[in-house]
Amino acid sequence: MSAKLAQAVGRNPRVLFGGAVLLTIVALAALAQWLVPHDPLEQDLINTLLPPAWLGGQHGFPFGTDSLGRDILSRLIYGARVALTVAVVAAMLAGLLGSVLGLLAGYFGGWIDTLISRIVDVWMSFPAVLLSIVLAAVLGAGLYTVIVAIVVIDWTRFCRVVRSEVLIQREQDYVASAVTIGLKPGRILFGEVLPNVAPLLLTLFTLEMGIAIVVEAILSFVGLSVSSGAATWGGMIAEGRQYVNQAWWLMALPMLCVIVAVIGMNALGDGLRDVLDPVRAR
Amino acid sequence: MSTLLDIQGLHMQIDGAPILRGVSLALQPGRVLGLVGESGAGKTMVSRVVLGIEPGNARVTAGRVEFEGRDITHLDEHRRRHLLGREIALVPQNPMTALNPVERIEPQISDVLRLHLGLSRGDCRARALELLRAVHLREPERVLRQYPHELSGGMRQRILIAIAFACKPKLIIADEPTTALDVTVQRQILRLLKDLQKSSGTAVLFITHDLGVVSKICDDVCVIYGGRILESAGVADLFERPQHAYTQALMAATPRYDRPGGTLRPIPAALQEQLMREAAEYDRRYAAQKERSLSVDGRGRE
Amino acid sequence: MSSAYLLKRLLWALPTLLGVAVVVFVLLRVVPGDPIAMMTPPGARAEDIARLRQIYGLDTSIARQFFTWLGQVARGDFGTSISLRERVISLVVGKLPATLELVLVAMPLAVALGLALALAAVYFRGRWPELVIDGFTGLSLAIPDFLWALLFVLLLGVMFPVLPISGRLDPGIDSDPRTGFYLLESIVTGRFAIARALIQHLLLPAAALALPLAAGITRILKSSLLEVMNQDYVTLVRVKGYSRARVLVRVALRNALIPALTLTGVQFTFLVGGTVLIEYIFSYPGIGNLAIGAVIQRDLPLIQGLVLTFAVIFIVTNLLVDMTYALLNPRLRQG
Repeated sequence: MSAKLAQAVGRNPRVLFGGAVLLTIVALAALAQWLVPHDPLEQDLINTLLPPAWLGGQHGFPFGTDSLGRDILSRLIYGARVALTVAVVAAMLAGLLGSVLGLLAGYFGGWIDTLISRIVDVWMSFPAVLLSIVLAAVLGAGLYTVIVAIVVIDWTRFCRVVRSEVLIQREQDYVASAVTIGLKPGRILFGEVLPNVAPLLLTLFTLEMGIAIVVEAILSFVGLSVSSGAATWGGMIAEGRQYVNQAWWLMALPMLCVIVAVIGMNALGDGLRDVLDPVRAR
Repeated sequence: MSTLLDIQGLHMQIDGAPILRGVSLALQPGRVLGLVGESGAGKTMVSRVVLGIEPGNARVTAGRVEFEGRDITHLDEHRRRHLLGREIALVPQNPMTALNPVERIEPQISDVLRLHLGLSRGDCRARALELLRAVHLREPERVLRQYPHELSGGMRQRILIAIAFACKPKLIIADEPTTALDVTVQRQILRLLKDLQKSSGTAVLFITHDLGVVSKICDDVCVIYGGRILESAGVADLFERPQHAYTQALMAATPRYDRPGGTLRPIPAALQEQLMREAAEYDRRYAAQKERSLSVDGRGRE
Repeated sequence: MSSAYLLKRLLWALPTLLGVAVVVFVLLRVVPGDPIAMMTPPGARAEDIARLRQIYGLDTSIARQFFTWLGQVARGDFGTSISLRERVISLVVGKLPATLELVLVAMPLAVALGLALALAAVYFRGRWPELVIDGFTGLSLAIPDFLWALLFVLLLGVMFPVLPISGRLDPGIDSDPRTGFYLLESIVTGRFAIARALIQHLLLPAAALALPLAAGITRILKSSLLEVMNQDYVTLVRVKGYSRARVLVRVALRNALIPALTLTGVQFTFLVGGTVLIEYIFSYPGIGNLAIGAVIQRDLPLIQGLVLTFAVIFIVTNLLVDMTYALLNPRLRQG
């Protein structure tokens, strides 16, 4: 990335906000062990359903405790770890699958393109929520299930966008000259076309992370993610829902985390798209 | 006979850039005044200010527009709505885009009739048919039922003229009504306009860049360049004895039937530069004058 | 609008439907867990398990199972639910009206809200209401609908309990309905007290469902309206003496709707998918809720039947959207 571009990226307010959110989540996830005041799995049956410290709870449990006396703040931080892991891995895999297929479809055209495009069309006519839940039911609960579900549902997003971008790039001069030099399609595709498509991929990747966080939340909300002991935001929301009348913060706090994370990812993706698109068009 | 439309010293800016620099013109009832200039001279902007549809970032900084003696420069929307369509109407430039594509022709004519004259459905239809016949459209009943995309450019322009004349306005602003048409159709439309104008006694402000058109239809002419009126005269006088260098240059650049075989000469660059310098000079003097009036009165005249 | 066009669209739908059926069938047969084993108590005898397997047809080859199943489906027989012990078809038919009522209430809600907000944003262009509306749509689009549902539960159900947050009717009310369409029936038969209760229960889930769709509509319609407002014919209508408001609503809207609909049409189908979670959160007894239960229970026949049902609803919705589009655009109608 050129210096001017990097500067423009760094100035965009949405990128800054989204980037800050992302960095916070990464920091929380990476440093979880040192940040948490308690073990997220540790139950304290004396101190159940404590409100957050500023609402009359104890300082030892800053955000309060759940029905089994587990510290909410610690669980939220570990939940960030799950969310981030899923987000990054799922987005990368979906991106990989979708981009490769999109590159192939866009560059080679012909029957490859028709085949892939047909598959994408049919695939996209499936209701996403239903598909993810069915998949999760099929594969059983667990982190890998969630990741697979996200990849399976959303690879088409990457494929479509990359394909149309490649179609544009294919007409460019640099491709023609590469062909005349005698470079093989593989070299051209990955060596020339891909770097030009890369900024777009970055935008898609961040947006995809936002989607992945939501899907993970949904699946753990329904009970199809990691086992119930471990802390996930969606799981905490589901638990909180049962006690929403007595301890509304149980549900509200993890919801807030998901909302902020999603808005942050979206902002980052939108901001990147704003900056990278017009610059590239020049 | 009081002046119908009186524009006095109109100054307008868009985003701080001067567009109209003290434009003054007067239109008498029943007369056709041509406003001639090249694109960007500001002629369309004059019409927009009169109609009150200038762009959002435009500001009238000085001068006034009077219609029948009333100041309509900064009229509020409520009162303006009673004026537009009823007393002042517009014949727009591009017939291909000026009609609502998803509505049939009949409602697009009768809406003004219903709005301003309060005519009943049946009366509206009768009057609409009358109007279409007046603009020489064949099979007017059929036309009423059609959509704009089913009609040619010439037909659409006739309909737009019919709409403008519908409520028998006192003033019609024709903004380059023939520019977007074929040459053969242009002549018909011009003749139609002239006939209608004569029989209804409507005054017309005819905006154009084409001197040839001016000679056919206008009684008086104003030449505009760079937001300034350079010359005003009766049409015969202007053509026989053009005073301003720019007017002369404009004529030399216009093909004329009564002077075939001559070479067309573009406006000389030197003349354009001189005019631009004059405009800049004008801006300077104007700004200085405002400064002075500010310091003298203690308040600006905005 | 030609019947040939309709027929063509219908024919296109069939392979999609078939594809859905195949995929669902295959996916669910790949299940690592054994649903029969899950259903039977630990000490069950082998013959009983084998008999159960036979009853549910899980003992033949996959291809055989598929064609048997297809044949049954063609006859309207979706098999029997493993977890609920009822016929799938009656379960689906029993709960479908509730979901349909929910979707049919959410749709006009979304359209009305989206329309109003878009018009307001354009009318107040450049002033603070437009900013507020833009901010709101941005938020609505970013936050997924199940979170909105939970927000409603939190704010309007718990903190300021204005509206009920579960079920379709208060348990005390005795309505004795004949059809599954409670709301329609209660209105038609004039039992307005019941209708009111039903609407109260419908409001929050319908609102949660409608919100993201409304935001999408607002955004697209607003940009379409802005484009239209710049057109020459709109200027002419203004010059004819119409007020800004009237121009916006009577002229600009009609022209802006058409391109807006093409873009938003597909989003209507997302409403159907959204019912799954929303119904679950509000304990609303529709097919969405049924689906979640089925998936958690690994109830294969029920899952299959429901997925097919959803696919059909999807396709029908798509068709309806296309038809509406053709109706609105006079140029298409003649072509």
